[in-house]
Amino acid sequence: MTEAPARTRGKVGGPRPRWFPARLVGLRSETATARTLTFQVPGWPGHLAGQHVDVRLTAADGYSAQRAYSISAPADGEQVSITVQEVGDGEVSPYLEEGMELGDQLEVRGPIGGWFVWSPSSEAPVEQPVLLIGGGSGVVPLMAMVRERARSGSRAPFRLVYSVRSPEQVLYAAELAELSSTDGLVVDLLHTRTAPPDAARPVGRITPEDLATPPGWPASPPPRAYVCGPTAFVELAIPLLLDLGYTNKTIRAERFGPSGG
Amino acid sequence: MAIFTRGFGGRRDPDAVALPPGQHLTEGFPVLSAGPTQYVEPEDWSFTLTTETDEKQTWSWDDLMNLPSEDVEVDIHCVTRWSKLKSRWRGVPVDAFFEDSESEADYVMAHSYGGYTTNLPLEDLLDGKAWVVHEYDDGPIPAEHGGPVRLLVPHLYFWKSAKWLSGFTMMTGDEPGFWEGFGYHNYGDPWREERYAGD
Repeated sequence: MTEAPARTRGKVGGPRPRWFPARLVGLRSETATARTLTFQVPGWPGHLAGQHVDVRLTAADGYSAQRAYSISAPADGEQVSITVQEVGDGEVSPYLEEGMELGDQLEVRGPIGGWFVWSPSSEAPVEQPVLLIGGGSGVVPLMAMVRERARSGSRAPFRLVYSVRSPEQVLYAAELAELSSTDGLVVDLLHTRTAPPDAARPVGRITPEDLATPPGWPASPPPRAYVCGPTAFVELAIPLLLDLGYTNKTIRAERFGPSGG
Repeated sequence: MAIFTRGFGGRRDPDAVALPPGQHLTEGFPVLSAGPTQYVEPEDWSFTLTTETDEKQTWSWDDLMNLPSEDVEVDIHCVTRWSKLKSRWRGVPVDAFFEDSESEADYVMAHSYGGYTTNLPLEDLLDGKAWVVHEYDDGPIPAEHGGPVRLLVPHLYFWKSAKWLSGFTMMTGDEPGFWEGFGYHNYGDPWREERYAGD
């Protein structure tokens, strides 16, 4: 895949993404207001870490609504997992977050998106270091990348900087702690409102110091940054990256607006 | 065979306006960009039209201000499924940039500061269907929404309305731009729900 947006020809076409029936086969509570839904999707073609799916819900009278959700885990046969954070008065998220039960069905279409993705490059002499920067539920597609690195056995230097309001809001907390103690993943939690009592960092928004390059990273190739979160968070983080020497070519961003679900 | 979702009722608004299929309204103005927001000062901005024979014509910010602008109020539809009604812009119809052009090419690649590209048929930009806009909601266009100058092609999905517009390159044959090269539809008509390649 080419790095530069400039004059990208990319890969044109490819199979048209289809709608697939999907049955809810797994539920896991992540926080008080977020849960992961795992669907069995017969015929699912697989996906790359960072891609998303369109989800279609159809009421008994035929009314339907569609939304896009990031996939939270790497390809695993015909299973597709999303993590849904309740956004209050949405039409779709409250149903996914509270109403849907095991065995219920909806439709998914995908995989969608070929830019905000990461794959291991095990054949490279030095794997490109990766800085993941997530704000709130923007951590979801980044978690798919973290899990893909673990699944594939990649040794790419990986650091996740995860900005979250309070400790209770942290998605995947246990798994991140486990991977950081056993798999060389560096995880830095930035608490913006409430920090645990033993936190060294004062609460507050992301700063240049939070993104300083770890000492162990190779000088070359230059790291790639993936930034995902609400628009305001992404707009705050990217100028810090540009000041650190990241460029249009080494920053990939995904923003989500106030529309919610 | 239709798949129904048990327990899902939705929130139908009987007074809802007709939206393209699969879209829902947003009150906000979400942002979809693949990379960093570009910060370009008006005095540093320029727009270059490059023909298929590599002839170039360039407009500065002052040149743009001297072209006749009009107010536009349009609905916009993003492929990520939000629609925003009655967004208010001010800008110059694209026709103005082709008045002295000798180009005979049928396709346009729009270019942005930062390297973004998107391809369009020329006929979708002419006859008052598209604008080079420099105001949003009675003020300068915020950088995250593509200011100082962006393209506005409201009848296509909004990724065709290139932010931080820096130029057009005329093409005798059609070629995919940035998202079009990543599996999104080459044309992008929201009313025919042309989201992805093959739709």
